[in-house]
Amino acid sequence: MKKYIHTNIDQIRNDFPILKRKVNGQNLIYFDNAATSQTPQIVIDSITDYYSKYNSNIHRGVHFLSQEATDAYEKSRVKFQKHFNADNSYEIIFTSGTTHSINLVANGFKKILKKNDEIIISQLEHHSNIVPWQMLCEETGAKIKVIPIDNNGELIIDKFENLLNSKTKLVFVNHVSNALGIVNPIKHIIKKAHEFNAIVLVDGAQATPHMKIDVVDLDVDFYVTSTHKICGPTGVGILYGKEKWLNKIPPFLGGGEMIDQVTFEKSTYAGLPNKFEAGTPNISGVIASGIGIDYLNSIGIEEIYKYENELLEYATKKLLLIKDLKIYGFSTKKTSVISFNVGNIHPYDIGSILDKFGIATRTGQLCAQPIMDYFKIPGTIRVSFSFYNTKEEIDEFIKSLHKAILMLS
Amino acid sequence: MKIKQIQEELIDEFAMFDDWIQRYEYMIDLGKSLPLIDEKFKTDEYLVNGCQSKVWVKAELVDKQIVFKADSDAIISKGIIAILIRVFSHHEPNEIIKANTDFIDKIGLKDHLSPNRANGLSSMIKQLKLYALAYQTKINNE
Repeated sequence: MKKYIHTNIDQIRNDFPILKRKVNGQNLIYFDNAATSQTPQIVIDSITDYYSKYNSNIHRGVHFLSQEATDAYEKSRVKFQKHFNADNSYEIIFTSGTTHSINLVANGFKKILKKNDEIIISQLEHHSNIVPWQMLCEETGAKIKVIPIDNNGELIIDKFENLLNSKTKLVFVNHVSNALGIVNPIKHIIKKAHEFNAIVLVDGAQATPHMKIDVVDLDVDFYVTSTHKICGPTGVGILYGKEKWLNKIPPFLGGGEMIDQVTFEKSTYAGLPNKFEAGTPNISGVIASGIGIDYLNSIGIEEIYKYENELLEYATKKLLLIKDLKIYGFSTKKTSVISFNVGNIHPYDIGSILDKFGIATRTGQLCAQPIMDYFKIPGTIRVSFSFYNTKEEIDEFIKSLHKAILMLS
Repeated sequence: MKIKQIQEELIDEFAMFDDWIQRYEYMIDLGKSLPLIDEKFKTDEYLVNGCQSKVWVKAELVDKQIVFKADSDAIISKGIIAILIRVFSHHEPNEIIKANTDFIDKIGLKDHLSPNRANGLSSMIKQLKLYALAYQTKINNE
């Protein structure tokens, strides 16, 4: 049965042991959820459980423990297949994180791209969705084109459509901007890109914690995310790829697990998904990630979105009452992320003082320098809410923010 | 006044405060008395590496003593560099090179800074000492 967050908030908060921590003598208020979400006890326990009861290498041993570990690992894959509505479980590849997933795909196109082919990315991208493509372009001679944003931080879709042409081979865009929290119209972007036979990779790291992703409905070619943002442990990423593309691109890492036959003359690769999972994977992490996604689904993504949206509206309203406070990124479709500055006060100064009050925020360029350059600012303070945060915490944050501004003005 | 004496003076001043808020406010106040670097020197050349906010420092040798000027785009960093300049400015290069920096721990500054800020603080000290080393080397070669 799904939980209604409002009436179960105490119980939900109880599931996260870290929320009881004191920081600098104050109750921790964790508003850096866009960087990583906190981990419920049930996920932490699953890691202990793995090492206490069935730690062993997967896919290799005929022994009991290896079977048990392999079953749990593969069960996790099926959970993510169902969660993302992928056609086949082998279209879900486990990586070490979103960055690894993106690099895997970028590497895969080294031999496919030709000189003067074009890659489209957006001004909103995280550095991890810019640098791998720059590296790819350096090697192949392909060129990067950038979808610009408007003053509200929204992608200018007309400009994107103008960039598309027969030379466009790849389009990379995030589903939700990590710096501004704006939800991009990826379904439309994918449809338009496909009209030119371009392949689309969507960075979903900031979307998966807040909304249901259906890769079939989106018709997306690659969708990537990290499970530490969805109640899982750090060090596990998901790469969804359409079977035809995963078959087309070569393996990223060579080693055990990813091979079929090895002689010193030539090795042949294993099929999906093992082709992309060389070496011993993060077995406990993958299993725990599966428990994390179960936990999230036990509350329900739609309920989470609704609740977080209330927090977003509540905090936005309160913040806008503060003199000289400017919020970056306005859109009717936003996740629970607010990036802001107050007058000319440096974001680091406000972040440092808030930290002293036990409030965790993110400050600086947020790994998205092109956005900061666009707005001509050194960075922002970013608060990002999760379903275990409360309006009382927002009130406390606003109070502390007032004190910080007073100290710094 | 010797570097050591200025350090003790600062330790005494910070000991007057009971909580971190007052210490921060005092540090911010000290930032306001910082001898400012000329705007035209706010370039990459004078930027201290390792700070997340921008901190510029310039040194000059005046009557055998080093005179530091600085600025920052963040108020807390400005306070930190102001404290360091109060300690290290107007001393001969050798004294600056040899000075220890225990006073930082004694005024409880590091405890109150985030790890990133504390790294920035170390970078600032390193930069001031590097200036001193460069001037001392120049003097030795003359």
